[in-house]
Amino acid sequence: MAGAANTHILSVLVQNKPGVLARIAGLISRRGYNIESLAVGPTESPEMSRITLQVNVEDVVLEQITKQLNKLIEVLKIVELEDSAVRRELVLVKVRATAETRSQLIEIIGLFGGKAVDLTSEIITVEATGSPAKLQALLELLEPYGIRDRTVRPGRAGARQSITDRSQSAQRAPEGRSGQLAKLPRGPVGGRLPDHNSRALTFTRTTHQGRTTKCLQRCFTTERPTCH
Amino acid sequence: MSDNDRADELTGAQSLVRSLERVGADVVFGIPGGAILPAYDPLFDSEKVRHILVRHEQGAGHAAEGYAMATGKVGVCMATSGPGATNLVTPIADAHMDSVPIVAITGQVGSAAIGTDAFQEADIRGITMPITKHSYLVTKPADIAAAIASAFHIAGTGRPGPVLVDITKDALQAKTRYEWPRQLDLPGYHPVTRPHGKQVREAGRMIAESRRPVLYVGGGVVKARAWAELKELAELTGIPVVTTLMARGVFPDSHPQNLGMPGMHGTVAAVGALQRSDLLIALGTRFDDRVTGQLSTFAPLAKIIHADIDPAEISKNRVADVPIVGDCKEVISQLISLLKRDHRPVIDEWVRYLQDLKRRYPTGYDEPEDGSLSPQYVIKRIGEITGADAYYAAGVGQHQMWASHYLPWELPGRWLNSGGLGTMGYCVPAAMGAKVGQPDKIVWGIDGDGCFQMTNQELATCALEGIPIKIAVINNQSLGMVRQWQTLFYQGRYSNTDLNTHRIPDFCKLAEAMGGIGLRAEAPAEVDAVIEKANSINDVPVVVDFVVHKDAMVWPLVAAGTSNDDIKVARDMAPAWDQEEL
Repeated sequence: MAGAANTHILSVLVQNKPGVLARIAGLISRRGYNIESLAVGPTESPEMSRITLQVNVEDVVLEQITKQLNKLIEVLKIVELEDSAVRRELVLVKVRATAETRSQLIEIIGLFGGKAVDLTSEIITVEATGSPAKLQALLELLEPYGIRDRTVRPGRAGARQSITDRSQSAQRAPEGRSGQLAKLPRGPVGGRLPDHNSRALTFTRTTHQGRTTKCLQRCFTTERPTCH
Repeated sequence: MSDNDRADELTGAQSLVRSLERVGADVVFGIPGGAILPAYDPLFDSEKVRHILVRHEQGAGHAAEGYAMATGKVGVCMATSGPGATNLVTPIADAHMDSVPIVAITGQVGSAAIGTDAFQEADIRGITMPITKHSYLVTKPADIAAAIASAFHIAGTGRPGPVLVDITKDALQAKTRYEWPRQLDLPGYHPVTRPHGKQVREAGRMIAESRRPVLYVGGGVVKARAWAELKELAELTGIPVVTTLMARGVFPDSHPQNLGMPGMHGTVAAVGALQRSDLLIALGTRFDDRVTGQLSTFAPLAKIIHADIDPAEISKNRVADVPIVGDCKEVISQLISLLKRDHRPVIDEWVRYLQDLKRRYPTGYDEPEDGSLSPQYVIKRIGEITGADAYYAAGVGQHQMWASHYLPWELPGRWLNSGGLGTMGYCVPAAMGAKVGQPDKIVWGIDGDGCFQMTNQELATCALEGIPIKIAVINNQSLGMVRQWQTLFYQGRYSNTDLNTHRIPDFCKLAEAMGGIGLRAEAPAEVDAVIEKANSINDVPVVVDFVVHKDAMVWPLVAAGTSNDDIKVARDMAPAWDQEEL
């Protein structure tokens, strides 16, 4: 993973139309950049979805990506989640667990607030949620025991404490690249959206995290993802 | 709301045709096929929409572009699913690069068959996603009217561009209630046309303080139809003007302030002006690599005012000191009223320097010593004899650059060429579209023998539909621009650039076979007569085969990837820049 300084998480509010994820993913890839992490979920309004994606790029590139994303007709609003935003990830990981190591593992998992969701004579399946750094620490501790199956990290969800509006960033002078970004008040977000949309955003800020986590879990308990 | 906008029971196809009539699409270029077939039945009866049956879908797309460029309206092309739709990919990409407003309507297999690899199925919406401004896949007949209304709105507003409307066959066949949308459901589309007053004031201040300013004008000024405002701004301030390939004609070439085209094949004065400027006022232009050359050495001393309707163009390649998002017409108007009040820049010394550069390095060419025909002379004479009040389309390559240099660019919107994508084969169908849009004007296509062989079948369309265009084939028997690069950069190893076009094909016979008239000129003395003959024919298409010598090269040249400072006016000949230190 590239340096944290270049890590940006964008929360993109889109019209819930077929193909909109393909437009966004395709745009980022054809401009030569890589999506590090991606989560898609519904909002309170069935007409809108929220796409949370992480890119590791420099500020200049981020500006170009957000401007290009804003040109997509179906993109309604883009905000950047700043460092102070609540960021959560889910991991599911299978670790080798013998009779000797099992109790140690359960202790570690417990310390990280995780759960053992399945247990066989040789394998313990761990579920944990938390900040990316916390989960990374957990995985490093589990590593010596032998991670048996690929770690599933389905994507990052975020909720804003402070937000950076990236919808209308075009007229900013370059010297104020980040300084001049509009800091929006903590009330309902207005701007380009019609009134009925602001409810969804308020809702999103307070409970989006829980919603998204639920949604992602559903993906793993059914054969095929149902929430995309 | 007129009576026929009330909800009526129609088929999706009838709804489509009525929507096209409603939106004012008077011409559609296309070819029918299985999936689009239902739409062609009501189209047959339409008295408002003229359908022009082309010979290849690429021709339909470029014709729609030509029509749009010549009229300022949205051009329309139509094709069936699968191969019909994929044949539109090149013109759609071309329109996307050059911001040409077109709507491409394609049939799609029935909605139940989508995803099954059905006969003539192609995911054209997916294929064209990176090269359209927006696209629709319509599977319900009730959605057709709204999709067409939105498509035309999106294509023609903001930064213009291509919009695809892919309609499944069952949606065309099923019954629906036709209802023209009262308002468009586009909550995420709000192009900014009014510039920010503070940014414009800052720009005005910088212009007033500058000593070596240049108006760097691009195709956006043509699209904004802001030529009158541009002329007023230029004359008010006296600032020199360079017009990019897409903007030729938006400011008269005969105007003393016009330094010509900048870029890879730009004039010495235009390139020199950009490189020495202390302030570029970039209007509707995108700092394309063919203009900037090596970006790190482009206009190293200049501050940048960049006005464009597309925020994503601003600071994309070169960081702008004063970014202005807005329509060029409004931006320039506001600058004029500001600068009328404020003091204006003192630039006499700068203007003198550039005028001297322009005088010392005019764009010229040497006549071949063997008495054969020079391509530059041919193009120059076509322009001189036909005049500025004609439409000129070009293919891509050497002839395109010569057309840009030597045709009389006095009037705006007369120049059609494939600038961004560089599409060989653009000329003939684009000229056809332009002639349909401007039937009372002469339309010349300046084409190469390579380009011409890609899309010349549309001459048959022209002959049958009464579209008397004139095509000058600048026949140097080779892929001239590639050959020039082989001469300069590949030690003259002419790998696969010799087309052996001398008599194979015989362009005169080809023209006759297509229902047109073929003429030929092989010596300077024959040139005027064939041009005059061609101009006198106004009922069928004319092809003039100008057999020219193959070693002519386009100069000046900034080699790819090098700095504009290294411009050459001829082989191994750089201009002497510094007669005086500025």
